[in-house]
Amino acid sequence: MEHDTLLSARGLTLHFGATPALVDVDADLWPGEVLAVVGESGSGKSTLLNVLSGRLAPDAGVAWYRDPAGALHDIHAMPAPALRTLHRSDWGFVHQNPRENLRMAVTAGGNVGERLMARGSRHYGDIRAAAISWLEQVEIDADRVDDLPRTFSGGMLQRLQIARTLVTHPRLVFMDEPTGGLDVSVQARLLDLIRGLVRRLGIAAVLVTHDLAVARLLAHRIMVMQRGRVVESGLTDRVLDDPRHAYTQLLVSSVLGA
Amino acid sequence: MNVASGYNFAYLDEQTKRMIRRAILKAVAIPGHQVPFGSREMPLPYGWGTGGIQVTAAVLGRDDVLKVIDQGADDTTNAVSIRRFFARTAGVATTTHTAEATVIQTRHRIPETALRQDQIIVYQVPQPEPLSRLEPSREETRRMHALADYGLMHVKLYEDITRFGHVSISYDYPVMVDGRYLMAPSPIPAFDNPKMDRMAALQLFGAGREKRIYAVPPYTSVRSLDFDDHEFRASRAPHACLLCGATDSYLDEVVIDDQGGRMFVCSDTDHCEGRRDGT
Ligand SMILES: Nc1ncnc2c1ncn2[C@@H]1O[C@H](COP(=O)(O)OP(=O)(O)OP(=O)(O)O)[C@@H](O)[C@H]1O
Ligand SMILES: [Mg+2]
Repeated sequence: MEHDTLLSARGLTLHFGATPALVDVDADLWPGEVLAVVGESGSGKSTLLNVLSGRLAPDAGVAWYRDPAGALHDIHAMPAPALRTLHRSDWGFVHQNPRENLRMAVTAGGNVGERLMARGSRHYGDIRAAAISWLEQVEIDADRVDDLPRTFSGGMLQRLQIARTLVTHPRLVFMDEPTGGLDVSVQARLLDLIRGLVRRLGIAAVLVTHDLAVARLLAHRIMVMQRGRVVESGLTDRVLDDPRHAYTQLLVSSVLGA
Repeated sequence: MNVASGYNFAYLDEQTKRMIRRAILKAVAIPGHQVPFGSREMPLPYGWGTGGIQVTAAVLGRDDVLKVIDQGADDTTNAVSIRRFFARTAGVATTTHTAEATVIQTRHRIPETALRQDQIIVYQVPQPEPLSRLEPSREETRRMHALADYGLMHVKLYEDITRFGHVSISYDYPVMVDGRYLMAPSPIPAFDNPKMDRMAALQLFGAGREKRIYAVPPYTSVRSLDFDDHEFRASRAPHACLLCGATDSYLDEVVIDDQGGRMFVCSDTDHCEGRRDGT
């Protein structure tokens, strides 16, 4: 199976001063698979996501991406234009805070249409129709298409960010705490939505969360991080039902106890 | 030999002119790409065309015939003072007739008369960066140009059509040069944009305060940004010029009395006079 991975990493290491944010991290992601990265605050989850997506360079180690033609690319050796092209077509990035990704002074339709236009779409009517269709897919009323995001609730903003990211049908999406900072009821609806979209579109995702329930619902496999190291990884049910590492056991029991 | 003694030919010293010519050559080699240059202090405040003047000074030869226009007119203070400046410091002949000029420095217009291969038009540019109002970071706009990442400009057009039903940019309407670089045509009316496309004359752009030079070589494709289903249209006031009757020229609206009376006349004064003289 190894040769089929969409994304692979070996020996990723990164220090911030004396802080070991990543230590010898290996990771594999297969097409259509959701991989959850869990661990407490400061364990290196976001750093891993940033390194895997080429937004940060590691001190040591390698990460490869396999393009649709089957060619492997060393993510940190790619020329900047090629990496940028990946980020606006094959890949997507969903931030915890949707305001970091959305243009707050641009209508919902313009936000969703931007990646299409960046990719060369030049038909206003088609772009608008695609934006409306994507708003509906993330359960935002089509008649909000001309509204500014600042009139949207937190949950709507996050769904708008997802529509903006998925409109180009990326093969791989990086998500950093996509349900963080939202009310519990809003979170549940958003998780259902993400699960439905990821399954239907066959998108592979690396999902960072500190919430094991989120990982349970969305992920096929889990990596557990502690102080920059992967202490345990495996199929979601196996890791959560039968945790082997003491730290994972602590995480699982603390959720159960809560 | 200089007309006004104490100045080098066309005011700038030869070393500065060579530096500007190198920037111009680079700009011609990469159509639409903004080339940085060491802009000099000129005896005019920024905003009075110091970038255009430096480019003109660098390309001017003793046999050139210079025309200077400001918003289409040869007789405004700005045009007159720049024309006089070069008459004094370079001793070159000047003209108000487009067809007689070899170098035309302009602010805000392109002459109505089609330009020829043996002419150069120099535009005064206040803001060379077409993305400046959409993306404040110069580092980011440079990256966008390097990667031809112009989706953001189309987002602006999308938003305009969504809000107003049409693109609301009437001056400095962004263009793609040679299918590669997004370029600000300077604050000419969008009406003039089609004249830039495959123009026979060399087009040079100088931005003094922003220290940038860019160029469109002769016969280069210049396309106004648009959508397939909302095509660019060069619009003008739906009137005939009250002086010459032209229905195809760009018009200025002029107040003619204190009763609120107005009339529409050609903004290109030379073109208008030529039509009235029957030349
Ligand atoms: N830019 C940075 N400069 C210095 N230290 C950093 C930087 N980014 C992260 N760190 C440190 O690296 C470690 C890992 O941080 P990271 O943000 O990856 O954790 P995380 O698992 O995403 O945490 P959280 O759940 O709080 O988001 C932490 O000790 C953090 O303080
Ligand atoms: Mg984090």
